[in-house]
Amino acid sequence: MNKARRNPFNVFASHAVLLTYTLIALFPVFVILINSFKTRKAIFREPLALPSSDSFSLIGYQTVMKQGDFFLYFQNSMIVTVASLFFVLLFGAMAAFALAEYRFKGNTLMGLYLALGIMIPIRIGTVAILDLMVSTGLVNTLWALILVYTAQGLPLAVFILSEFMRQVSDDLKNAGRIDGLSEYTIFFRLVLPLVRPAMATVAVFNMIPIWNDLWFPLILAPAEETKTLTLGSQVFIGQFVTDWNAVLSALSMAILPVMILYVIFSRQLIRGITSGAVK
Amino acid sequence: MNGKRIKWHIVVFLAPAVLVYTAIMIFPLFNTLRLALYSEVDQVRVFTGLDNFRTLFGDPRWSESFWNALGNNFWFFLIHMLVQNPIGILLAAILSHPRLRFAALYRSAIFVPTILSFVIIGFAWKLILSPIWGIAPDMLDAIGLKFLYAPWLGKEEYALTTLALVSVWQFVGIPMMLIYAALLSIPEEVLEAGEIDGITGAAAFWKIKLPLILPSIGIISILTFVGNFNAFDLIYAAQGALAGPDFSTDILGTFMYRTFFGFQLQLGDPHMGSAIAAAMFGIILIGVCLYLFGIQTRMRRYQF
Repeated sequence: MNKARRNPFNVFASHAVLLTYTLIALFPVFVILINSFKTRKAIFREPLALPSSDSFSLIGYQTVMKQGDFFLYFQNSMIVTVASLFFVLLFGAMAAFALAEYRFKGNTLMGLYLALGIMIPIRIGTVAILDLMVSTGLVNTLWALILVYTAQGLPLAVFILSEFMRQVSDDLKNAGRIDGLSEYTIFFRLVLPLVRPAMATVAVFNMIPIWNDLWFPLILAPAEETKTLTLGSQVFIGQFVTDWNAVLSALSMAILPVMILYVIFSRQLIRGITSGAVK
Repeated sequence: MNGKRIKWHIVVFLAPAVLVYTAIMIFPLFNTLRLALYSEVDQVRVFTGLDNFRTLFGDPRWSESFWNALGNNFWFFLIHMLVQNPIGILLAAILSHPRLRFAALYRSAIFVPTILSFVIIGFAWKLILSPIWGIAPDMLDAIGLKFLYAPWLGKEEYALTTLALVSVWQFVGIPMMLIYAALLSIPEEVLEAGEIDGITGAAAFWKIKLPLILPSIGIISILTFVGNFNAFDLIYAAQGALAGPDFSTDILGTFMYRTFFGFQLQLGDPHMGSAIAAAMFGIILIGVCLYLFGIQTRMRRYQF
């Protein structure tokens, strides 16, 4: 039956289109990476050649290591991302459980209120957020970023997690109640482990935008000791614009952690998107 | 039973999320809208009603930049709709063929740009398109099209379109994935029924699959709209806060940033910044409402 849908020409054309687009997608990344390992001369003479024993050089990376505090930036990004994810998941799951499990007055309204933020970007409130952070003394601390990203991630987290929590069997929870478990124990011991796949999806969805954000680090925490990797590379590249070795190496070092995360989590991410988590 | 008593565990479960969300997102949002109604006169905050908006839309010193940014933003959005989404649908349609080899590999590779930060993307393309490095002109030369080359990011008439296409290149993975998921959820029987009626290949796509994935295309459109109208990072990373050359790549996000923080000799003005934010809020709200009430409710959904 598949004859009609599969003829050799179609197969060939499909691969040709996909391969072309794959090359277009990966080409810039590839060019940046190979040139970061070359001498300045080689970068300009043959930008598309792989580094050879003649043209190999780590001078760019040496400049980056000397001039920029990339380990600190990396550490800041890590702290902000992990802490934000932790709070998004914990608070999001708790609220989702309350909405999915209990019937109380205003349940639907509360659900709608929390869902507002899915469509309205938090950036609109930047002026007042900065005001708030200044008046609470949180400017130029990582806490400012963690709080903002937690608030930003919560709406979608609550929405997705409550969908999943509705599917957890009532019998299981009621059995727990008969055994005298408190509502808290039921949530942490029985329900949370069952929605772990959904939690992973939410985490992966939130991770990349938080890690890559430039807007809030730039506005809320631009101090040297709180720069994230994204902001740090932006500033570094801005200062070293004419030092091509350094710029290319800084770009490669910014690409590396995200690529590692992607390789680890890509199956989760793709499964999350294709399972219709965003409906 | 004892419904009158406050069930404390519900409060405990809801409180952290509601508090953080209200304090950091909802409250600042409304506070920003409120700040848009004030101005600073001699370092004192005074209520001026809608004056800021009158200035923003009407005073030539401001309105020129505002309409320029808004127009650019619409062009930015239009390019995404006309280029990103069709390419995404095409790739998804090819990927969703049953028994296509290496499908997972293609999928993961095409999604790579989406996970990279705007800073990386902005600079990488800036370098590649740069006339100094010469990768773009050399490659065009290799296929005999060198006459087409221009320093795209440096020319007023091309810069915005170039950046929009870079953004399309970055985000094409998202429509591709969502459409791919929608196509996979079409049951085989529907396609077989079509086949029996002689509808195969391209006809099957236009007549059967496309109508079935329309709701997903609607969602992608609204996501694109919201994303584009609060975009900032790519323009800032590639062209700086001045959104050069000569503001030709200025969009609402960069305009708001400049107004709020000031640039060169102009001082930052949080109240005008808030007014621009309020305008962005209005535009996004109109878009979302149009989608929710105008498009989504009219779309036919099929349950299998």
